[in-house]
Order: sequence, then structure tokens, then C-alpha cells
Amino acid sequence: MTDRLPGFSTLAVHAGAQPDPTTGARATPIYQTTSFVFNDADHAASLFGLQAFGNIYTRIGNPTNAVLEERVAALEGGTAALAVASGHAAQLVVLQQLLKPGDEIIAARKLYGGSINQFTHAFKAFGWNVVWADPDEIESFERAVTPHTKAIFIESIANPAGSITDIEAIAAVARKAGVPLIVDNTLASPYLIQPIDHGADIVVHSLTKFLGGHGNSLGGIIVDAGTFDWSKDNKYPMLSEPRPEYHGIRIQETFGNFAFAIACRVLGLRDLGPALSPFNAFMILTGIETLPLRMQKHCDNAKAVAEFLSTHPAVSAVNYAGLPGDRYNALQRKYAPKGAGAVFTFSLKGGYDAGVNLVSNLKLFSHLANVGDTRSLVIHPASTTHSQLDDAAKVKSGAAPEVVRLSIGIEDKEDLIADLDQALRA
Amino acid sequence: MNHDAYDDNYIRSILNNVKSIAMVGASPVNVRPSYFAFKYLAQRGYDMIPVNPGHVGKALMGKPFVASLADIDRPIDMIDIFRNSSHIMPVVEEALKLSPLPKVIWMQLGARDDAAAEKAEAAGLKVVMNRCPKIEYGRLSSEISWMGVNSRTLSSKRAPIPTQGMRLSLNRTSFGGGQTAASDRAAKNKTETT
Repeated sequence: MTDRLPGFSTLAVHAGAQPDPTTGARATPIYQTTSFVFNDADHAASLFGLQAFGNIYTRIGNPTNAVLEERVAALEGGTAALAVASGHAAQLVVLQQLLKPGDEIIAARKLYGGSINQFTHAFKAFGWNVVWADPDEIESFERAVTPHTKAIFIESIANPAGSITDIEAIAAVARKAGVPLIVDNTLASPYLIQPIDHGADIVVHSLTKFLGGHGNSLGGIIVDAGTFDWSKDNKYPMLSEPRPEYHGIRIQETFGNFAFAIACRVLGLRDLGPALSPFNAFMILTGIETLPLRMQKHCDNAKAVAEFLSTHPAVSAVNYAGLPGDRYNALQRKYAPKGAGAVFTFSLKGGYDAGVNLVSNLKLFSHLANVGDTRSLVIHPASTTHSQLDDAAKVKSGAAPEVVRLSIGIEDKEDLIADLDQALRA
Repeated sequence: MNHDAYDDNYIRSILNNVKSIAMVGASPVNVRPSYFAFKYLAQRGYDMIPVNPGHVGKALMGKPFVASLADIDRPIDMIDIFRNSSHIMPVVEEALKLSPLPKVIWMQLGARDDAAAEKAEAAGLKVVMNRCPKIEYGRLSSEISWMGVNSRTLSSKRAPIPTQGMRLSLNRTSFGGGQTAASDRAAKNKTETT
């Protein structure tokens, strides 16, 4: 007998969770504790030596967080996951396993502004060098490959303009170069795109956005696809070589196709420390239960708003991959047929000042630096998220002065359109 | 038999039905994977027998090492081979001389020998390659979920609290993803292009 395979919505509610063994509690309990008692000295030694399944200390793992990890791994079709304090922490922990000083990472130029800063400044100080490539020109990734390249990093749906990345084409470049492809799937969520199906080896998320979905809790996660052979040519010694801090065990040899997630936990999270609060894990888990419902509503609303804006006299352009004629429409139909996401940009004929005015005139949209909330959000990237970039970089990353970014919520679409209409007329 | 991806029910029926496991290549060194796989399976109630000619005279968790499969004094249900792929065939050939025959040949994570598998299957044995029984037991019981691993199983039943020596239920509902779906497809695509 072959089991019936549960669908995405069933996994969003159930994966990783089970009634609590001690109390029978059906909702996942918040295990708000720093530490866990050992059965005896031998049990403690087994846990510290990575020989037994179990909990030690919440910086390394926590039962509430473990439910979140398994759930996101299941939704992404990965072998394992590791929850961390934020999306930025996820990126830091991932790259710590892969890069040494002097190594390079090729990153798509179209990224969240905060990631561009993290890669350009913080990672440079570690000696990790970023080489930028243009996701609209696949050859630019091929040209960027050198013997020092250790990974390629892209966003599935790219901030801020909601452009769709040709994941399979870039995965082919990564395969040829013998390096893993890391995909930030924050703006799509696994409901719209499952990057592992298209060749991603590692998926990262800011859980703060659509997965949590309610704008109330920060979090990040790393999903291991289980697809990359870390021991093939000794390029990734953190995974292939004996680890002195664990009595010489080799992470990949011991953990097989979830070795990367384990390395992130026992070498990255343990030593760098950006653990996720179990309370945040609980809030995010609750959000994930309704991800399929919310995400479809986000997408349907966003399409209606984008259609309205595309005919508005004050608007010069709308960048929404869900609109026929958009340059990313064909890629959207291939990679995200259920919807183009809910984050996109549009340009105002009135330039920088019109952008600043629109933001101050809106009554329902909130002016803040986040996306993927139940509430509709607006921001003027040139004066905020992307303000630290120079003018040329602003334009290249899709944050020119006349551009406004929206994150469409799950309110009634008629109310969102009316609010934008009054603000554009004011 | 497809040895790239196993149906959970195949693995489940093996782990639910075997009682005695001879581990060829078991190590008394407590940081070797064979040591802690041996220990875990013993704690989950399997009758474990360590096989390693270099350690005869010593014991692993109170179980004396034997030099070869032929030296085991009782029927064995499963042989778990902790050796490199190049050392599999002689072990399988030795196993096929036993009477009664074992029911299962299991090759550890990283080990695969298709010719040896074919030989064992021709003799009516079940074969698993490139998997770890500890990981599979932990996965199907969901005990491995503590480590954020995708068990690819679901259950709405209250779980027992695992204690020493206790057998866990492996009969949860399985689903795709992880190594049986998306990543298998991805891995397959990779192999084809490299």
C-alpha cells in the first residue's frame, strides 16, 4: 500500500506538529526554556557529541522551533531546516558554512536593499567578496564564475520590483561551476514557488514576511535541499573535513543529505548565536497554517491594484509580473502560475516629490519598512530602504527616485484602490 | 527494485519486522557513526551483534565482537554493512552462505553496490543501499524532528515519550518531498548533467 500524499494546505497545518507527548496539547506549545535536563551523563555526552536526537540548549535547538523547521522544510520539499532570528541571520549562517576569507559569492544585483548592504559591507569585512550579476542577463553569472566562487545567491521574486528570476537557468550555471545555488524565497513563499524543484540547493527566508504573515514576529530560516555533494572536491571543508569541536566527526559523512542544515545548526547557530525565540516560532507557525489562504488573497488583491494603477493618469509605469505585457510575465506564468506575489513597484509621473507626497496622503496603507503583512504597506525606496545606495545603484536595483513600492495586504481590494486613488488625486 | 528512492512502506516494513541486526564494520570508537548507530538501534530494542575481526575480544554495549558473520551463533534478520562500496560484495557473498539466510541486506549511508544488491535480491533478500537505519528509524518515528529534519510523516496521535529501550511506532502517514520527491528530482537532474 502506498500512502496518499498530503497536499500543500494539509502540510501547512500539520507538518512537524503532533499532540504534545506530555500533556496532549493540540496546538504546538511554546517551550519557553533556555535548557533541557539530561537523563544521565551518558545521555548528555551523546547529545553533545551529536550522537543522539534531543535537546540541549535553546541556542542550538528548541522543540517549538523544531516544529517550525520541519514545517517549512516540508513546504519547500527540503530534507531539513534551521530557524534563526531573522532573514539576515539566515544569510550569515549559510555563508559562514561555505566561505573563507578571500572566497567569492556571486549575487543577483536585484536584491532586498538590506541584503545588498549586508553583502557589500558586513560580509566584505569578513573577507567574503560579493560579485554582482544581472538576473536579467544569465551570461553575467557565467562570466562572474572564478576558482574562488563558493555559491550563487538570488531571490526567486526579487525586491523591490517583484521581478521573477529564471531560477533554472541560474541553477544550470551553478551546477556547471560546482557550487550551490542559494535562493531567497521570501517574496514568493513556497505557496507560489518551490525553488528546490527548479534546482536550488539551499533556500532561505525572512519568516518575518509572508510565512509569519502578520507583521508581528521576526524570524529567518534555512532549508537544506539535500541535493549538493559537499565532499566532492574539498571546497567545503566545514562539511567534508573532521570537526575538531565534535571529536573529529565529518558532518556530511554522518548526516548525509541533511548535513548542510546540521552544519548550520551545530557550527553556525551554536557559535554565532542568532537563535530564534520560541515565542516568535509559535507566532510564525500560527501564521503558516493560513499561508495558502492568505497568499492567494495577497496575489489576487495585488493584481487588482496593479491593474488599477496601470490605467491611472498620475502613473507612468507599473512593474507587476502578473500583468500581461510585463517583461516578467512569461517567467511568472512558468514559475509562479498561482500569482505574481504581492510586492511590486510603480513609477509616478511627478518623480521623487510625488512619491513622498503619495506616501503621506495614504490613509489605509501604512508607511513602513516591511513587506508581507496582512495590512497593505507602502514605502518610497529611494528615501528609505535603498537610500544608502548611490544613484546608479538605486536605478540598477529598481529603486529609482520616482518609484514607490507596495506590499498588498488581505483587506478588501476596493478599499485599497479607493485609498490609492484619493492619495494620487490629493 | 528502484534503489534511488525507497517507498516509506518498504523501509517501514523492514524496520518493523527485523529483530536481530549484525553490524559489519561496527567500531568501538565512540565518535564513529557506526558506534552511535549501533547504540541507537540497541536502545530501540534490536538485538545487535557487532562484527569486526579487528576487535574480537572486546565488546560494544556489552555485546561481544565476532570476527565474521559465520561466527554468529543465532539466526540474523538483517546485516547492516558499515563498509565502503568496494568492500560490500564479499560481505554479501558471505551472508548468502548463512543458514537460515538473513532477510535484509542494508548498506550504510554512502555505500552502494548494485551488483551485490542484485545477487542478494536474486536469493530473495530485501536490499537497502545508501541509507542509515538510525536516521530512517528516527525519521519514521519522527524522533529526528528534534533536529529540524523533515520526517516526511504526519500524525494527529499523541506521541509517546521515548525512553530507553522502547520501540517507537513507525506507522505514521508518509508524504513526498525531501529525498523522495523534489530533491530526488533535483539530484537526478544534477547527475544527468554532470
